[in-house]
Amino acid sequence: MEKKKLITDDGIRYDGRKLDELRPIKFQIGTLKNADGSAYVEWGRTKIIVGVFGPRESHPKHLALADRCRIQALYRMTPFSVEEWKSPAPSRRETELSKVIRESLEPAIFAEFFPRTTVDIFAEVLQADGSTRCAAISAASLALTDAGVPMRDLVSSVAVAKVEGKLVLDVMDLEDKQGDSDMPMALMPSKNVITLIQMDGLLTHEEFIQSVELAKRGCMEVYAKQREALEEHFKTVSKEEA
Amino acid sequence: MYIPTNFEPRQLVVPGTLLTEGKYNAGVNVYREDNKFFSSVVGLAELRNEAVTVIPLRGCYIPFVDDVVIGKVVEVISTAWMLDIRSPWQGVLFAKEFLSKPLNTMKEDARSYLDVGEMVKAKVIAFDRTRNPSLTTREPELGKIQRGTVMEVDPTRVPRIIGKKGSMINLLKKESGCQIFVGQNGRVWIAGKSRDEEAVVAEAIRKIEAEAHTTGLTDRIQEYLVKHRM
Repeated sequence: MEKKKLITDDGIRYDGRKLDELRPIKFQIGTLKNADGSAYVEWGRTKIIVGVFGPRESHPKHLALADRCRIQALYRMTPFSVEEWKSPAPSRRETELSKVIRESLEPAIFAEFFPRTTVDIFAEVLQADGSTRCAAISAASLALTDAGVPMRDLVSSVAVAKVEGKLVLDVMDLEDKQGDSDMPMALMPSKNVITLIQMDGLLTHEEFIQSVELAKRGCMEVYAKQREALEEHFKTVSKEEA
Repeated sequence: MYIPTNFEPRQLVVPGTLLTEGKYNAGVNVYREDNKFFSSVVGLAELRNEAVTVIPLRGCYIPFVDDVVIGKVVEVISTAWMLDIRSPWQGVLFAKEFLSKPLNTMKEDARSYLDVGEMVKAKVIAFDRTRNPSLTTREPELGKIQRGTVMEVDPTRVPRIIGKKGSMINLLKKESGCQIFVGQNGRVWIAGKSRDEEAVVAEAIRKIEAEAHTTGLTDRIQEYLVKHRM
């Protein structure tokens, strides 16, 4: 595939965004009727639906933890979510992302309130255009809130990449594939605690520091959208209060 | 002593919202870090006798000792029944707590008393999260549900269906003439003269559930019941 020029000389990206601009993000809460909590996110062209079940009885029972609830996450890409058909068999990448999503949410959940139970998080990618793990983490924290699972904070997530020598916020698929480096980060915004940081490719020390700062700013923007979505969904009950 | 809070009374808060700092007590759904108080769920923040609390809008039922719940039998084991009480843990109803006598498994089958799918009104006698909640029916008014309808509502709406000092539930009983019992776990038992009568009450309860945190609800429910009176 021939390489496209991704950033113009005046700093405009391939899809018309500025370097530090997020794609349009839309969160929706309570989309699945049968789940205890659910959320749907449209993050540019990335579309993910997340369902949360539990806390509920652990099965198989021998995996239950005596002092806290077990958190189980399953990230899955639908076969039609990418340009080329994706095999429906679980891939190495899906298994890894499931683990990463679980570990980025675990610090936020009061797991010790529900010993011997399980909370299941299912993230189904309907359409993938980069930053799917970030979108899944952000949506999963809303689905957990919707399920009424007690949490320390919401978790917001965004990725920063180095493309053509410049740091860009919220990478899309094309930038991810042609870029030099990719760094997803998840943050508990009101605690300022990083729960996930990964890095693919190379960054200098300075670039790394800058990336973290940029990602934090991005996370705060995502956090604002998450709160907006929660307020929108639960408004009916609070606003009518005289 | 007046200490400012970061919220209006009954303001919508989300997990991680800083509620206040200072000399308060952490109430339900609130956690404390140093001197700061944060919400842990989505709900409505309130200050009740120096304790910051959040009324949850979503969540499952957490058993407490002395709660009366309505359970559904999901499993029969030789001398006990496992009950789904809509909490993260299944309730255990031992034969001696249900029959007031030990069950001789050589002579009789636990299934002949209670089978899978049947509903039981029971009381929580012990629960500390390390073991499943144990239940009993050895008290008046408790036991197997033989008639009427059982409906499910969101457990967080139970206090609203009962109302202040039972105002809402008494209204429902008075206007409909039905027998109603609200289990703490969000299952409501309704027994009237006919199914239609029960359906009207069920519809009224659905209305309460949907409009739980609005004002003037009692009046609207009264109106509704009068309109649909049989």
